[in-house]
Amino acid sequence: MSKQIHLAAHFPGVNNTTVWSDPESRSQIDFASFRNLAETAERGTFDFFFLAEGLRLREVKGRIHDLDVVGRPESLTVLSALAAVTTHLGLAATVNSTFNEPYELAKRLATLDHVSGGRAAWNVVTSWDAFTGENFRRGGYLDKADRYVRAEESLRIVRSLWDAWRDDDLVLDQAAGVFAREGAGAFADDGDHFTIRGRFGLPRSPQGHPVVIQAGDSDQGRDFAAAGADVIFSRHGAFEAGQTFYKDVKSRLPRHGRAEDSLKIMPAVTVVVADTDAEALDKAHHIREQQVSGPTAIVLAELLWGRDLSSYDPDGPLPADDPVVGSSVTQGRVGYNDPAPIVAEWRAQAAANGWSLRQTVINQQNRQTFVGSPTTVAEAMNHHVQENAADGFVLVPHLTPGGLDDFVDRVVPLLRERGVFRTEYESTTLRDHLGLRR
Amino acid sequence: MSFLITSIEIDGAGGHPAAWRGSEVDPSAILTGELALRAVQRAEAAGVDLATFADALEAPADVPERVSARLDALGLAARIAPATERIGLVPTITVTHTEPFHVQASVATLDWVSAGRAGWLVDVSSSAEAAAVIGRRSPAVDAETWREARYVVDVSRRLWDSWEDDAIIRDAPSGRFVDRERIHYVDFESPSFAVKGPSIVPRPPQGHPVTALRVSSEDALQAAGDVDLVLLPGASDVEARVAAVRAAGGGRVLLSVSVLLEEDGASGVRRAEGMDHVGGVARLAELIEEWAALGIDGVHLRPASLELDVPVIADALLPLLRERKLVGAARPGSLRSRLGLSRPANRYEGSRR
Repeated sequence: MSKQIHLAAHFPGVNNTTVWSDPESRSQIDFASFRNLAETAERGTFDFFFLAEGLRLREVKGRIHDLDVVGRPESLTVLSALAAVTTHLGLAATVNSTFNEPYELAKRLATLDHVSGGRAAWNVVTSWDAFTGENFRRGGYLDKADRYVRAEESLRIVRSLWDAWRDDDLVLDQAAGVFAREGAGAFADDGDHFTIRGRFGLPRSPQGHPVVIQAGDSDQGRDFAAAGADVIFSRHGAFEAGQTFYKDVKSRLPRHGRAEDSLKIMPAVTVVVADTDAEALDKAHHIREQQVSGPTAIVLAELLWGRDLSSYDPDGPLPADDPVVGSSVTQGRVGYNDPAPIVAEWRAQAAANGWSLRQTVINQQNRQTFVGSPTTVAEAMNHHVQENAADGFVLVPHLTPGGLDDFVDRVVPLLRERGVFRTEYESTTLRDHLGLRR
Repeated sequence: MSFLITSIEIDGAGGHPAAWRGSEVDPSAILTGELALRAVQRAEAAGVDLATFADALEAPADVPERVSARLDALGLAARIAPATERIGLVPTITVTHTEPFHVQASVATLDWVSAGRAGWLVDVSSSAEAAAVIGRRSPAVDAETWREARYVVDVSRRLWDSWEDDAIIRDAPSGRFVDRERIHYVDFESPSFAVKGPSIVPRPPQGHPVTALRVSSEDALQAAGDVDLVLLPGASDVEARVAAVRAAGGGRVLLSVSVLLEEDGASGVRRAEGMDHVGGVARLAELIEEWAALGIDGVHLRPASLELDVPVIADALLPLLRERKLVGAARPGSLRSRLGLSRPANRYEGSRR
């Protein structure tokens, strides 16, 4: 039997890839938008619905960045509400392990697993920067090198809290008056970052442990995922990069005593579908132009050049000077460690094609992963999965909330026809959808 | 006299320790949230204004015969929000060990998912047990935790205001999604924490979700002037306690009483230690009328059993109170408007003009 594809829906976030100027774009904050996209994903029998997290508004040159979608609700609360309007769809929350306490995380995630009947997932992310820390008691106190140490310890403790009750500790004997075995839930942990003890107030959840997702890409991050994650949310959507990443991460699993299929690799991808391949290419180009307005092109170039470029014309040539290394003109987003070779590449491409600054940004960034007719897209996706460039995909639509309609209506049926994607849910928990053990 | 506010408390299978043992209860429905959902839906249908959800940071005591497990109140309230339409949802949220930034974002989000029906029942954690599960600092005395709670309430409201209502402009010609002049840093500092802001969540539908607290100590009374809604537990000494809250400047005052109801007042036979009212609904309606004369704005009923008492509250008590003109028709709109509270002006609005 062919390898089965796993699919997740990402609610569009705060990057410039989310197009808000389109007439089809709706609120990024009203619950109706979340409900609508989740219902589409469930109609498409997706494995899970994925929410990112924001803990500080991004800044450009010390001022709040105003060109992209900004402002979003808190993930776990939205997902608890979505549990009421969905029945099978997994519900995945990105929650930072640096600015949260393991006990509170374990309690909130276990609650989501209980009220959703076993559909919760935690995307573990870390942060260390003082910029984000300014919103928290903990502050920006953590060395970058310590962040995985703390994340690992945090994850280990959260899991020990989920195991603080044994499966048979919840007795529920009404006649004898025994609700739970006496002493159930007791825990104690002495680590480098946390020394905690007490009782955990929730019995083991329907999934045992909510699904753990991880997104780091450094060597340390890959090891962290290989040691403990159930799903990797990767950024390697392109075929060859995907295969390389897949091979690397899966080869780390035996060292941690894990089987190859115990960790699913799901890159973030975008899909543009139209009646024909040519129409899809046109549509993809149109979307990229909407994603990168003139002012956005300048900001993205500032991120690379590491300095103020506001006096430049986005429709003119690229800046002539060298980039500033180690600058932080923007806060709250990923920068470039080594910008010089990327600038050289941009210059070469611009010269060869006669591109303006904006055209260069459009062509160098925001590449769509799968573009084509429904058949082209279905075949390409299936090829990626069968050839081990991925186990599935996290789809990142460019529109809220209707951005997955085309995919679910036109591509999902073709994946089903090929026997590589479920036609209906065969189980109720996310772990079961993903083929992971409880 | 204006109409009374009505509310109920959701806590496990009910406030009575043996509530979960009744044959009418499916005990496994406590931890799926189904029992709470059914109770809130019944209360909503009867016109009850709001439901509070019990919680504490630490687990419920591990005592034989008791429900020793509990869902996170905020998560449970959020799960119930899309399955209800009109009733206010007020989870207990402890603020001593949590991050104020997360707390305000979660409560604002509950307001978004419930379309303006959210509140929070602010509580503190001064026990050694609560301090030990977090492990970040030693337990503090009640007075200190309530002082800090007031800072958390203050910064939460500032963060809810950090986005003006019209901050999202979607101005295609200039390419700007938001007007950054209408989004504000709060730069808040208290003796024990600091928050830069702005919030990550745009201003919630109610402007400020309803802030409530339970006044059961002198220390809590000190904070009463900061909140929209005060719960006053127990049926004794009502007049003096209401006066004390009024003197502290508290908002709406609800008398919070535990109730075990029999539709037929003669058969009050169930075991009921420590309940404020055991008996028929007719007598309870009389008592509520007497309390109303002592100056309360409403009642917060803590049912002994969700499965037994909430249906009686819904089907018998509310109609009786309505008959006596103590309660009006169900009021539509946001929780604030149900409570007769205005939508707060944004403190930053106008600061830029």
